[in-house]
Amino acid sequence: MEHIELFFKSIFIDNMVFATFLGMCSYLAVSKKVSTAVGLGAAVIFVLAITVPLNWLLDQYILQDGALAWLGEEYASYDLSFLSFIMFIATIATMVQLVEIVVEKFSPSLYNSLGIFLPLIAVNCAILGGSLFMQSREIATLGLAFNYGISSGIGWFLAILAIAAIREKIRYSNVPGPLRGLGITFIITGLMAIGFMSFGGMLTGGDEEVKEETTVQVETVKEDTKEELANNTLKEKE
Amino acid sequence: MAKDSRLILDPLGDDNPITIQVLGICSALAITAELKASIVMTISVLFVMGVGNVVISLIRNIIPSKIRIIVQLTVVAALVIIVDQVLKAYSYQLSKELGAFIGLIITNCIIMGRFEAFALANGPWRSFLDGIGNALGYGLILIIVGFFRELLGSGTLLGFPVLGDPIAKTGLYSIGYENNGFMLLAPMALIVVGIIIWVQRSRNPALIEDN
Repeated sequence: MEHIELFFKSIFIDNMVFATFLGMCSYLAVSKKVSTAVGLGAAVIFVLAITVPLNWLLDQYILQDGALAWLGEEYASYDLSFLSFIMFIATIATMVQLVEIVVEKFSPSLYNSLGIFLPLIAVNCAILGGSLFMQSREIATLGLAFNYGISSGIGWFLAILAIAAIREKIRYSNVPGPLRGLGITFIITGLMAIGFMSFGGMLTGGDEEVKEETTVQVETVKEDTKEELANNTLKEKE
Repeated sequence: MAKDSRLILDPLGDDNPITIQVLGICSALAITAELKASIVMTISVLFVMGVGNVVISLIRNIIPSKIRIIVQLTVVAALVIIVDQVLKAYSYQLSKELGAFIGLIITNCIIMGRFEAFALANGPWRSFLDGIGNALGYGLILIIVGFFRELLGSGTLLGFPVLGDPIAKTGLYSIGYENNGFMLLAPMALIVVGIIIWVQRSRNPALIEDN
């Protein structure tokens, strides 16, 4: 249940592009054609799914306050969390390079479709953002971190796919000159983000909480009325 | 000398990193709900870009080109850690608000973009000017967006009420004006930047893209 909730939450409610604006640069630059957008989107899912769990392990066993305790008692008081930026970005840059080499060696066809995007991805804010939000949201287990990586990647993929499809169609419409290209893309993204905001109430469980509160109120009201009734009956007896 | 001044002035207008070069948009949108956060972000980027461009420019001849991205990332990450620690020490509340977005300066495309496009090919002084110019151009957009979002969204500037008191109904509120809470939400940042691009390009038709 926890997994399903995190999965849908990261795709729709906390969508990387529409809610936190991560990876906007490549989102705007590489969304002119659907085919390239799909390539970049797939590469983002792939790299997020690898780097987020990896950085989770780093965070848990090296960076956090007291995380070095497994080395021995004298290390338990170290807090290296200020190093997290440099560790995360180093992990991401090396992983991207490693993935590029491995993919080139074992699957040339995948390399041909993903390859040109991989170097771009090392500096994509969506990747570093994934790791930093994983840290600040305190994702609890390795499985959840993996889930978070994949699902935020899927959310990003959906966003770039949608905008690329819209931009292919919008070429045939009469957009005012100064808005052509970048301007209209911004405004469409804004409108899409408004649409995605409607997912906000989907998984928050808000309704249940409200129900609990009302039932509690009703119960207290009932108790009050009971007491009143009891008082009344007492008075009547008197 | 005239060329040097253009390094600073161009990014403020017709070569703006956000509206023309399409660099560094992520943070420009995410933290502009308040003017104060925009200003702090501008200063942080100004520092990181000024120093980073000089450092990269100084070591540009000894970086092997194959690993230059990792070298650049390390330089930026070190500078960003300094910014983060200073913010934590002197303005903890603000550093909590900005949260992950200070860290995201590392992958702000504007920084890597200028390293690649300028600092790797030019001397330290010109790189420094280029860094400062681009950071100012970036900050200009951030501050414009932050100004309008805070003014229209919550009726304040830097936290001071400028349109009157919405609860006591003084100032503008007495004639029925209401804050537009929607300006504080994420989508309006995109639309405000879209409008800035619209205004800029209608003033200078040479910038219009063909479809």
